[in-house]
Formats: sequence, structure tokens, C-alpha cells
Amino acid sequence: MNQIIKDITAAQVKNLITPFKVGDGVRVHTKVREGDKERVQVFAGVVIAIKGSGIHETFTVRRISYGEGVERVFPVNSPNVEKVEVEKNSKPGKARLYYLRGRKGKAAMAVKEKRFEDTAAKA
Amino acid sequence: MIATLLGKKIGMTQIYDAQNVLIPVTVVEAGPCPVVQIKTVETDGYHAVQLGFGGRKPQNATKAEAQHAKKAGLAVTPRVINEVRLPSAATVKPGDIVTVAAFTEGQIVDVLGVSKGKSFQGVVKRFRVAGGPAAHGSMFHRRIGSVGMRQTPGRVWKNQRMPGHMGSDYRTVQNLRVVKIIADKNLLLIKGAIPGANGDDVIVRAAKKARKA
Repeated sequence: MNQIIKDITAAQVKNLITPFKVGDGVRVHTKVREGDKERVQVFAGVVIAIKGSGIHETFTVRRISYGEGVERVFPVNSPNVEKVEVEKNSKPGKARLYYLRGRKGKAAMAVKEKRFEDTAAKA
Repeated sequence: MIATLLGKKIGMTQIYDAQNVLIPVTVVEAGPCPVVQIKTVETDGYHAVQLGFGGRKPQNATKAEAQHAKKAGLAVTPRVINEVRLPSAATVKPGDIVTVAAFTEGQIVDVLGVSKGKSFQGVVKRFRVAGGPAAHGSMFHRRIGSVGMRQTPGRVWKNQRMPGHMGSDYRTVQNLRVVKIIADKNLLLIKGAIPGANGDDVIVRAAKKARKA
């Protein structure tokens, strides 16, 4: 990236060292303006993708709400995204968990974990 | 005050404003532009100033360029020179420098530049012609179609859309907002897209047809 552009956006990029990963169960606190009042709204679900870099970086959170799948894309660096709490850690074998989209019921939130025995056995 | 600057397109990015709204901006390195020459009604028949931008190495400047810059008392020969017409006699003198201070944040500006060259293109890309069906044996995919009628008029109308060279045109994008000015780096952050590739020369001026607020 161009150094000048990097310098311009540097002040607005949140330099959080991986506060969450793909596969994590998170609670996203966002500021919502209603008229002249401001309140905090929470969106809880599984991070299924992290895209982009720098100021453009976004993450997608998927949850099942009243039996219906809901996805929301949040800009990582938006001042409206107040904080992201990590509720559950997992180690998925993929960077994008789009396979969760076709699922129903209990399986819809079950992130497939990477198997570690194989690599340990080789070493 | 001269509200025109020569500059260079750096590239696009996004910034959050005070209301936490993400705004797409183009970064333009504008100025500092030294005044190279003043034109007046007496000498040239009209009022204008010549602005310079960038610099040439001494060995790369022609003698004519170098002497022209020297006459204005400039240490470096500008790489780009452009004229700005003025309604009345200029209040500046050769050697004066115009910077981004000529603009204010929130001001509406026009940006002029040469658009990206697209080479020889067909009518679908060049004029947004719909084209034909892709399959079912149509044999009419991205072709031009009919270009006219019959014995009357017996010729093709002027401005008939046909394949040809696209891009590399001098274009003006009007009424863009200056979102932010970074004076110590001579940068203007202008909302929206502007003509040309990154690194191309552009001209930023106060908008000619800006709506009065």
C-alpha cells in the first residue's frame, strides 16, 4: 500500500492484535443512534469470515435468530463498533466458514475443528 | 487569492468523519505551486497566472524551461506548468507560492485530469450497448447492430455509436467536497473518484458551478 495513504488512515485503524479469529463465538457491541439518543446494541454469533486489510477490514458474524439465519458485516475500524467480546474459541480448518449457511438446528453453529493428532504424529 | 492547484493523484482510501460515517476519498498531493508568470491585459490581452508543479533535474530541463523558471526566481524548474485565467489583475507576483491553504475543508471543488486509457473497445463497453444473447445459436454476441435505415437517408447519421478508442480523455469531475486538508504534507482528501491512474497529474480548482449553501 502507498505509504502516504497508510499514514492518513493510521490514526483510524484499530491496532488490536487479533482480538478474535474466524470461528470464534463473539458478542459485538455497536453504538446505535435513535433520534438524538445513543444506545449500545449487541449482536452475538459466530465469526464466519474476516476480509480486507487496513481501514477496509471487515468481519461477518452469523447467528440463528428465531430459526432464521442472520448475517451482519461489521467494519473492524468503525468507531461505532465499540467492543468485541470473545465468548468461545475454536480452531476451524478453513478461513471462511460459509459451509455453516446451509445447516439447520444444532449443527448450524457447530464449527468443525482442525485435527491436531496427525501433525503431532509426524513430528 | 488563486483557488487552483496543480497536483498528483495518490490513490483512494476511506476515512471516518466526525459522525462516524465512512467516506470514500481520493488523496491528492496538491502543490506547492510557484507562480511562474503573470499575464495581464496590457501584455497578453487577458489576465492569468502561470502555476508550476513538481521539479525537473537541471540536466533534464530544456534551456527554454530553465530560463523561464529562472526569470520567475525559482530554484527548481517545474515539471508541469499550467495557466489559470483570472477576472482581474493578479495580486500575486512571480515566485509566490500557492499551497493547499488556498482551500478550506468542506469546500466544493472541481478536479480535472486525463482519464485512464481503455484502448480500442467495442460498443458494449464503450457505449453501454446491450449486446445480443450469449447462447442458443444467436451468433450475435457483442456486435454493433444496425447503423441506419435504407435509401432514405442513405447514409449513417453523425454520432452513430461505433467501436473505437476509449479513455485517455481530458475530463472534469465537478462538485466534489474537500473532506480534509493535511497542510504539512500538501495533501487534499477529496470525496469520491477523480480521473486518471494513481500518480497522474490533476488540477484542483474551486467549483465553477457550486450550489450556494
